[in-house]
Amino acid sequence: MAAPVNSVGKPSAERSSFSATSFQKKTRSKLISIPGTRPSVQNGQLLVSTGVTSLDFLLGGGLAVGTVLLIEEDRYDSYSRMILKYFLAEGVVCRHELFVAAAQDNPDDILQELPAPILDDVAIHKPAEQPRLSCEPQDSLDAMKIAWRYQNLPKVQSALASSSRFGHYYDVSKTMEPEIRQAAKWHRFYLPEHPTQSSPAHSPMLESYSALLKSLQEVIHREGFDVAASMSKSRNILRIGLHSLGSTLWGDDLSCHDNPRHRHALATFLYGLRALLRSSLSVAVVTVPSHLIQDRALMGSITRLCDNAIALESFKGSERETNPLYKDYHGLLHVRQVPHLNCLASQLPDHKDLAFKLKRKQFSIERLHLPPDLSETVSRVSRGELAVGAAVASACGSGTSGNKHLDF
Amino acid sequence: MYTELNSILSTTPDSFTQGEFILLSDRKSDASFLIHHFLSFYLRARCKVCFLGLVQSFSHYSAVSQRLGISLTQAKEKGQLIFLEGLTESLSVLIPQVTSTGNKAMDFLRDPSVGLRSLYEFVQSSVTSSGGGEEEWGPPVLLVDDLSALLSLGVSAGAVLDFSHYCQATVCSQLQGNMVMLVRCDGEEEEDDWDDGGSELLLKGLTHQCSLTLHVQGLPTGYCRDIHGQVEVCWRRRQGDGQNTQKKLFQYKVHDKGASFFARGTSSAVL
Repeated sequence: MAAPVNSVGKPSAERSSFSATSFQKKTRSKLISIPGTRPSVQNGQLLVSTGVTSLDFLLGGGLAVGTVLLIEEDRYDSYSRMILKYFLAEGVVCRHELFVAAAQDNPDDILQELPAPILDDVAIHKPAEQPRLSCEPQDSLDAMKIAWRYQNLPKVQSALASSSRFGHYYDVSKTMEPEIRQAAKWHRFYLPEHPTQSSPAHSPMLESYSALLKSLQEVIHREGFDVAASMSKSRNILRIGLHSLGSTLWGDDLSCHDNPRHRHALATFLYGLRALLRSSLSVAVVTVPSHLIQDRALMGSITRLCDNAIALESFKGSERETNPLYKDYHGLLHVRQVPHLNCLASQLPDHKDLAFKLKRKQFSIERLHLPPDLSETVSRVSRGELAVGAAVASACGSGTSGNKHLDF
Repeated sequence: MYTELNSILSTTPDSFTQGEFILLSDRKSDASFLIHHFLSFYLRARCKVCFLGLVQSFSHYSAVSQRLGISLTQAKEKGQLIFLEGLTESLSVLIPQVTSTGNKAMDFLRDPSVGLRSLYEFVQSSVTSSGGGEEEWGPPVLLVDDLSALLSLGVSAGAVLDFSHYCQATVCSQLQGNMVMLVRCDGEEEEDDWDDGGSELLLKGLTHQCSLTLHVQGLPTGYCRDIHGQVEVCWRRRQGDGQNTQKKLFQYKVHDKGASFFARGTSSAVL
């Protein structure tokens, strides 16, 4: 039931029949069409794009409306912040409403840094999007003459991408034009602007998180994102971006003590956030500086209260940066959790060794593999040694201790 | 309801042991597919079911049960199922402005240190109430998904153990019903018990209380697409003088509409 991706604009009349909850199985007859959404192929859930095409593919087509994506930040918060900006930029392009909350940077600044969308790139990106179709015209021109037996095999594709187009590409070297940005309706929560009152001593929640939850609920109620809201208005999606939750600036001490006093504050907040999202047409991306949190069990319970969870591990500043094995990538991506929503079997990824790289026009997530070694002898030996030294997957050349490249 | 699991446990909806406490646990894997099995199993067995769904919304459980051939909405209307949706109940506590709905079950969120008395009272009233429907239901069953959510919300492991003990006394001993609870842990088994928020302590305590455990783990050799993990089934029968424990290990794969269980190494993907 792969329904076509709705183009921007044109709210349809069918939308009004949507009722009960956002986790309802959609049938073709009562498909709601909100720009920038599409129903999932597996379970009919309404999906939105994260703004990163290969991340969408990894998450089973996109982020389901009503769920939370947890991003464990890389050490300098550069790539996780980038994904958050892609997510918000995608919302601006699809005319969704935004809610940005931060304690460190002013949300205005985050919004000003959004990457510029490449709106006329459809023609340029077409060949890259459908590489599994091998019989394209340009293929027939330079058809292989010798190895003709292989020409009908699909091309090996390491970048993760789905065949149909969903989401947009962005140019990270430019920022979004102010006209596009100002057209978007957005709400902000900047912690220093919210005076915190002291909460009851026994409450597991921090004042900052309570204030944020309250502000979120107000927006959802006021702007009619509740699933139960009146059907007369046209529906839209609220994209919620929460930056660096759990850091000290939120008043949380998770990251600075071994035995934090507010141990359960973030988990309780995420529980409340899940409760809010499940009953509204909204979707959230939360980044957490998990490398600062010592307690792994605590991080586990935080992960379980989110639906999707990915972790970014950048090579920046680590010795892996200079390792030729990783020269094509900027970091590793770990999938911590995939959601079970309305179904028993979750959409497991084929492959768990993933790496990412940030190109000017694309943040791409690829299967991590060794580059093909085309030279004859010298580099092969050195590569084998490197693989042992880097202790990657034990499969690559683990047994070969000698220098002979024919040593099996 | 997975028929393969029923034959492993040698039960059917028509004949099952009463007064059992079944513990589901997982480590680095996801055991929630077993909760759906027991939910549909006891609804088929015409038991009166009280379900504490603390981690997901009702529509999630309902959609999965639909795939397993059970309608939760109908069961609720008939008075067979009493469903506590922890997420919606919690909002009125976490955001105090909302007018209170009067359900006290999630009151522990206000101050987790007082314990789970309010939740127990909810369970007690729902398993003992007649329901008011015209149909008669079998022995009561309590299902909890999952207890570790309570730990994450700040309740101490001791309080959760007290809660499960009270429930066992009421549901299993007094009313001869059954109880199924799920605990999720992460991290290694050998790790220090005191530093992990009490989930190890909780798991040990519950393993001591229960009569049957189903422990789900990821494969020790790592991630595999065709085998999702292994289940260790462990019976603790108190027979005569001594305790008799019996263990079995199976590998499993979760499908769209069920799960298959097979002996180790006999997955269709490897053979």
